[in-house]
Amino acid sequence: MAQGPHPAPPRPSAPPATPASVVPPRPAASAGPVVEQVTGAQSIVRSLEEVGVDVVFGIPGGAILPTYDPLMDSQRVRHILVRHEQGGGHAAAGYAAATGRVGVCMATSGPGATNLVTPIADAHMDSVPMVAITGQVGASLIGTDAFQEADIVGITLPVTKHNYLVTDPDDIPRVIAEAFHVASSGRPGPVLVDIAKSAMQAQTTFRWPQEVALPGYHPVTKPHAKQIREAARLLATARRPVLYVGGGTIRAGAGDLLRRLVDLSGAPVVTTLMARGALPDTHPQHLGMPGMHGTVAAVAGLQKADLIVALGARFDDRVTGLLSSFAPNATVVHADIDPAEIGKNKAVDVPIVGDLREVIGDLLPELEREHGQHGKPDLEGWWRQLDAWRETFPLGYEEPSDGHLAPQHVIQRIGELTGPEAIYAAGVGQHQMWAAQFIKYERPNSWLNSGGLGTMGYAVPAAMGAKVGEPDRTVWAIDGDGCFQMTNQELATCTINDIPIKVAIVNNSSLGMVRQWQTLFYESRYSNTDLHTGHGTVHVPDFVKLADAYGCVGLRCETKADVDATIKRALEIDDRPVVVDFTVSRDAMVWPMVAAGVSNDDIQYARGISPAWDRED
Amino acid sequence: MSRHTLSVLVENKPGVLTRVAGLFARRAFNIHSLAVGPTEHPEISRITVVVDVEELPLEQVTKQLNKLINVIKIVELEDAASVQRELLLVKVRADAASRTSVLEVVQLFRAHVVDVVPDTVVVEATGSPGKLDALLAALEPFGIREIVQSGTVAIGRGSRSITDRALERVIRSA
Repeated sequence: MAQGPHPAPPRPSAPPATPASVVPPRPAASAGPVVEQVTGAQSIVRSLEEVGVDVVFGIPGGAILPTYDPLMDSQRVRHILVRHEQGGGHAAAGYAAATGRVGVCMATSGPGATNLVTPIADAHMDSVPMVAITGQVGASLIGTDAFQEADIVGITLPVTKHNYLVTDPDDIPRVIAEAFHVASSGRPGPVLVDIAKSAMQAQTTFRWPQEVALPGYHPVTKPHAKQIREAARLLATARRPVLYVGGGTIRAGAGDLLRRLVDLSGAPVVTTLMARGALPDTHPQHLGMPGMHGTVAAVAGLQKADLIVALGARFDDRVTGLLSSFAPNATVVHADIDPAEIGKNKAVDVPIVGDLREVIGDLLPELEREHGQHGKPDLEGWWRQLDAWRETFPLGYEEPSDGHLAPQHVIQRIGELTGPEAIYAAGVGQHQMWAAQFIKYERPNSWLNSGGLGTMGYAVPAAMGAKVGEPDRTVWAIDGDGCFQMTNQELATCTINDIPIKVAIVNNSSLGMVRQWQTLFYESRYSNTDLHTGHGTVHVPDFVKLADAYGCVGLRCETKADVDATIKRALEIDDRPVVVDFTVSRDAMVWPMVAAGVSNDDIQYARGISPAWDRED
Repeated sequence: MSRHTLSVLVENKPGVLTRVAGLFARRAFNIHSLAVGPTEHPEISRITVVVDVEELPLEQVTKQLNKLINVIKIVELEDAASVQRELLLVKVRADAASRTSVLEVVQLFRAHVVDVVPDTVVVEATGSPGKLDALLAALEPFGIREIVQSGTVAIGRGSRSITDRALERVIRSA
């Protein structure tokens, strides 16, 4: 364990000591450390090759220019020229979320780097493994307000898992190895590496480190046996348990194990916005999504539970509603790779720190042992209750009274006609919630969205990144007319680089979710939410013409009768991106709803309709 | 609110103090005092930070600090089990008429005079925050011209060293 990357003692590539401290394996076989005399720029490209990067989304500019020269010759790294750095960042995140591999984006100094801040913050909130490489002005110019200088390390300090400023070219391989290790291990997250132009231009030795050594970074992956036993005991004896599954389950790749835990325990399951697909929606024990726009059964199930087993979830305010009244009678087991999440919002009875694959893997035999000793718990009464909620308050919607398309119908049909093997990326707003509610997810990594930061404009670039990572899957961007206008320039990237994504614009001619809140909480005073893109408006911009201008196929669908045919037409096109403008009713609202800051007990199934809990209690 | 003293051992690298201080600000924790310096190991710096915070948020801030890649170890030093000191330099008005009285106070607190001019003296004192407050109160009537004060530094009593095990990690990865 004494050898570090710098200086790396010559040694044969021995098998790694512990998986947690190992640089992702390089594809090529090698007898020992690679040592080459190169420029810093070449060292960057060589490092990306060694760490196994196959695609980088980026835009060149002055300070990163030296790196783009050797990048042009790389046989292993494909660079995709995006049209805006924000698009590059979300594309890297979409690639990562769809494949589970680290996404990589690249930008120049100053504005190039600051344009990455939003996608970096987004990846930070949603624990997406991502590495951003930015050029910085030459080392001697740092701090002088040089042209295109921005302190991007300072700026991204609060929104990265870690970041680096590199001025010494000899540090490049070590720092890049560390960056990928940090981004992908423990709780994943974005890491930014800012490299001075002078370091790219200088001569250096390329020596790929055999190991990453960070004295202050040792994520705990193995859960405590005593806590696992206690969790198993509680799960085996609770009368009203709920498994509260969060996005960590997907990041950990624990979907298969979760399925076994669900089957073994017989307990009901809710999957959060970040965890849609962690358990198939068709699973009979799946109650749906909890939270502000969750199903009544999922929200009420958590509220009335006597045991909540949280797996890779973080008790976000959008899930708990008014925290003080959340699940008042529940004992809480909370398992997460990040110790800081445990007890952050909700007091926890059984804390478990560990990788969810290991946590669930250890929990399974313990739970079997408990069942063997005490028999399976009787959950019949609990299921009767839950089923009653499911039957009385299923997800649904009313046909709009204005005769226009119901957005829910459009989204539901896209899911049904395309199927669960596809990938669906959403923007942020009403269409995102409907896509989370009305598309059936059957596998992890099939649902991508901006959950934590709520970044409008996420869908198109994220779908692009996902399609690059999973070229054989159909990839839909389910977008809103507001979101789409924030990042649609990446359609050019898609067309030019043969990335045939499909975009469904759920066009209600307004900032729909904001409009919904104005309807409900601001006396229908629609301040600045009209976008003039829908039916009966000036159509600025005309999305079909816009699609055409970008070399995509543009389709428009205005009536229910045309929905299926339009979706099928879009699915047939595979040589170009497709943009479908579904002009829908602007009055459709997302239900159920727990208003912000209100108790989950006050969930409204539809406007003014709340379940009467007292009956059941 | 209760006061807590944390010793934070960090990698001696540029920008680490910003990461630590920024985290306190970002998570809305109030830093009462902060002192940074080298340790017996050149690879490790030690930050002593005094915060006013309740038990539960303290646990959260400790966990968040631990997530910083450059933070190696965090130890809370309890008042009773540690020695805590601050350094104070204070410029006091002291002319011919009052100088003797000022010097009496200085001696009483086992402080030192480190600079003298006809109308003022500069007094240097170390001690617990309580002692320094008392010294300042005693000097107040003479006329305090200027005060500069360090953050608290603290070390655990007894033979155990908190840097030993932290160092092992650093050596292993060096």
